[in-house]
Amino acid sequence: MARKVTQTRKRVVTVLAWSIGFLIFFPILWTVLMSFKSEGDAIKGPIDMLMAPWTLESYGEVQHRSNYGLHFWNSVIISLGSTLLALIIAIPAAWAMAFVPGKRTKDLLMWMLSTKMMPSVGVLIPMYLMFRDFGLLDTRTGLVAVLTLINLPIVVWMLYTYFKEIPGEILEAARMDGAGLRSEILYVLTPMAVPGIASTMLLNVILAWNEAFWTLQLTTSSAAPLTQFIASYSSPEGLFYAKLSAASTMAIAPILIMGWFSQKQLVRGLTFGAVK
Amino acid sequence: MATKNSRAAARWMVAPSVLLLFAWMIVPLVMTLYFSFQRYNLLSPDQSGFVGFDNYYYFLTNPAFFEALTNTLTLVLGVLAITIFGGIGLALLLDQPFWGQGIVRVLVIAPFFVMPTVSALVWKNMFMNPVNGMFAHIAKAMGLQPYDFLAHSPLASIILIVAWQWLPFSTLILLTALQSLDREQQEAAEMDGASVFARFAYLTIPHLTRAVTVVVLIQTIFLLSVFAEILVTTNGGPGTASTNISYLVYAQSLLNYDVGGGSAGGIIAVILANIVAFFVMRMIGKNLDA
Amino acid sequence: MNCRVRALYSACAVAALASAVSAETITVATVNNGDMIRMQSLMGEFNAKYPDIQVEWVTLEENVLRQKVTTDIATKGGQFDVLTIGTYEVPIWGKQGWLVSLNDLPAEWDAADLLPAIAGGLTVDGNLYAAPFYGESSMVMYRKDLMEKAGLTMPDAPTWADIKAAAAGMTDKANEVYGICLRGKAGWGENMAFLTAMSNSYGARWFDENWKPQFDGAAWKATLTDYLALMNDYGPPGASNNGFNENLALFNQGKCGMWIDATVAASFVTGKESTVADKVGFALAPDNGLGKRGNWLWAWSLAIPAGSAKTDAAKTFVAWATSKEYAELVASKEGWANVPPGTRTSLYENPEYQKVPFAKMTLDSINSADPTHPTVDPVPYVGVQFVAIPEFQGIATAVGQQFSAALAGTTSLDDALAAAQELTTTEMTKAGYIK
Repeated sequence: MARKVTQTRKRVVTVLAWSIGFLIFFPILWTVLMSFKSEGDAIKGPIDMLMAPWTLESYGEVQHRSNYGLHFWNSVIISLGSTLLALIIAIPAAWAMAFVPGKRTKDLLMWMLSTKMMPSVGVLIPMYLMFRDFGLLDTRTGLVAVLTLINLPIVVWMLYTYFKEIPGEILEAARMDGAGLRSEILYVLTPMAVPGIASTMLLNVILAWNEAFWTLQLTTSSAAPLTQFIASYSSPEGLFYAKLSAASTMAIAPILIMGWFSQKQLVRGLTFGAVK
Repeated sequence: MATKNSRAAARWMVAPSVLLLFAWMIVPLVMTLYFSFQRYNLLSPDQSGFVGFDNYYYFLTNPAFFEALTNTLTLVLGVLAITIFGGIGLALLLDQPFWGQGIVRVLVIAPFFVMPTVSALVWKNMFMNPVNGMFAHIAKAMGLQPYDFLAHSPLASIILIVAWQWLPFSTLILLTALQSLDREQQEAAEMDGASVFARFAYLTIPHLTRAVTVVVLIQTIFLLSVFAEILVTTNGGPGTASTNISYLVYAQSLLNYDVGGGSAGGIIAVILANIVAFFVMRMIGKNLDA
Repeated sequence: MNCRVRALYSACAVAALASAVSAETITVATVNNGDMIRMQSLMGEFNAKYPDIQVEWVTLEENVLRQKVTTDIATKGGQFDVLTIGTYEVPIWGKQGWLVSLNDLPAEWDAADLLPAIAGGLTVDGNLYAAPFYGESSMVMYRKDLMEKAGLTMPDAPTWADIKAAAAGMTDKANEVYGICLRGKAGWGENMAFLTAMSNSYGARWFDENWKPQFDGAAWKATLTDYLALMNDYGPPGASNNGFNENLALFNQGKCGMWIDATVAASFVTGKESTVADKVGFALAPDNGLGKRGNWLWAWSLAIPAGSAKTDAAKTFVAWATSKEYAELVASKEGWANVPPGTRTSLYENPEYQKVPFAKMTLDSINSADPTHPTVDPVPYVGVQFVAIPEFQGIATAVGQQFSAALAGTTSLDDALAAAQELTTTEMTKAGYIK
């Protein structure tokens, strides 16, 4: 079934793809390189910086000064927690809206998105007051709740889009075979939607991992995630690029690894052969 | 296809998200509305009281308001243009077979992993700085005068930075959509003699419209409230050349500590965002249906 | 023997339990500047002396820290026990009653030893509301070798005319040497700190006694005209985005002939990250003969919010971190040049500290700044490079944006001044200062 792809074409595409990929990745590469230099060297011009001696002193300082472990665990718990919670709430909702659309479905979807229209800064004080009164300041629970709610519209939307791609006939066939609602969702829908769910999960984890407003304003020490870790290296009085690069590298690395593993899920999994 | 049973079930399944989001939206919204009619400055809590529409008046008559409005729209449109067209191009490229697909995919998605403030700082100081930045060095090596990006084209520079951050998002969604493209249909069309361009125009693009619509909608929502990148690079300047509505609200709430004014600004931002969303939906909303 | 040992063990266990129960944890919010980081690394010493007090650190960048801390204290969130705030916040918050008075710190802490200018900036109605951790003023840092090459000498107390001549002599744009590097980045604590201080030496003021803004006057125009001339003729490109760190990087790379900025920069430009460490000279900030110099005054200080439940532990910590013994501790571990500067007279009378090259100039700079009388003509406010009213932050940032635009060349000087005058008048009327 696959068309024959010429070697030349493959080579051209490879070169093109790698060049563009490299260009896009370059700023991050540069950040990682800077993290292995001393502060004075990190700000030099490109050639000078590359020639300067490599050192782990920035990583040493960062390790010594901050509690990476605590921040890392907080980030993991908050990101994964809010993503899972969001998925649990959103999958049934997206199913319903994709397969049993009503007159109001589109309005409902738009309304969900509109809950994100208020700039977070505008609601900071009301939220802070609420959190203070409920004792949720500086707790992971509070943060998981906020991040779930912030990202829920996005999760619903993305799942809705992916579910719409799935041909309804497969589900009907399952229903006619006697599958109940629950098994329809669990055993038929979910496996087919795995790539969609996987990419939604990845994007949501990243959004939660990098969320730098609520995570900074609503936490102090015990629930502070990696965003606070990075903010403590940002713009002090004095040179800071090497240390900030080291801190950022330590913060991105887990996600990059996660991204590497989950991108295999993004390869087509839908088997259209089953429909025909 | 939907039976009465499944319709009822559907309503139950949608209910939790709707209820939660409703509560999440209503409570802060009501509080913000309340504060917007009050005079409430964090640093002078003794001066409080109902002031009617004063806060709104001041926000709307702020000389920076109109420019902030146009900047906001320019920013959104600029980033959308780059990410949609770039995203489609990249998705098409990544969909082709070549060596090391997995790695290149991660390379392309990587900008989305970095915290916005960090990437803004790196762009500002490592690339755009007219004395020490990479672009300056390249210009000097070619014998040209380095260009001061952030002073002379602040909004364009910020659009570049934000587009770089969001390109992975649109690429990812478009790529996943591309991969559900019906290959058999493509092959049939090719065998019927359709050219690459015709196949692209009549088969690929229509298939992608839903994904593009979703990307546009989600990104619009996020882009309307960009402010971290502005804060780190230009502080809204020079003058108010790169101030957007979000930054204006931030300036009120967290620089002036004027909760009343900031709340009024927030409400205005919501109204504006709803107007934008209404138009966007009108233009591309129908693409959401199968 | 066994009985006694067992009794001893149980007594120890009880004692351990008791002290564990009485251990308190205080949360300290601080800026991520070098001296504070150093304090964090000396926690071992603190705990050796006070084992019952555990410290949780929240270290953030200045702007984020200020927002968090202000939000928390204004809403009585109770998240922090010790705050690091500056001479801008202390008068405002002290007046609101948000801070705990530190008048009852133990006598050995020696409140009389504090530098008068700094203590004055931290006292409201006779109550000291914050203990200064480190103080700074601003001064001129210049390249001795470049001055020599130009055949000029820098007086210890230069005028602005001297500065202009020096900048002209040292500039060599073809070789990327810029005669003078100054702040241009918009912000109330960035370019406006410098410009306000500079304007003091030109006889300008932010407001007259009736709170009317003075940007339409001759003094501010003269200030900005000279500032723009200096930067356009002798300054580096892209200066409108340069703050403290950007200028530090330029100076360390040898690209600046002069840099007028915070006195704490002295330890950076003579430190190991600088390529010109041994070529730096210091001078007082310039003046125009009107009686006020162009330097500012700032002190990062430790304060205790009024709602804290752990004021005793907090006071112990604050007293330790700002004491003479702390200075000696830092000196013993990292040398006298790294002791937090600018807070105590005794530090500057210490012969060991006097050997540090920039110590005297720092002290002179701090002593010549008076926050209660910052300007040539009388004013209704306190503050040398700021006006200690809550509205100042927002107003000054907006004004800073206008001046930054003038530097970038996107607005004319007159337009920038007019815009500054208008927006300041509007905000002050809105806030009720102007009747």
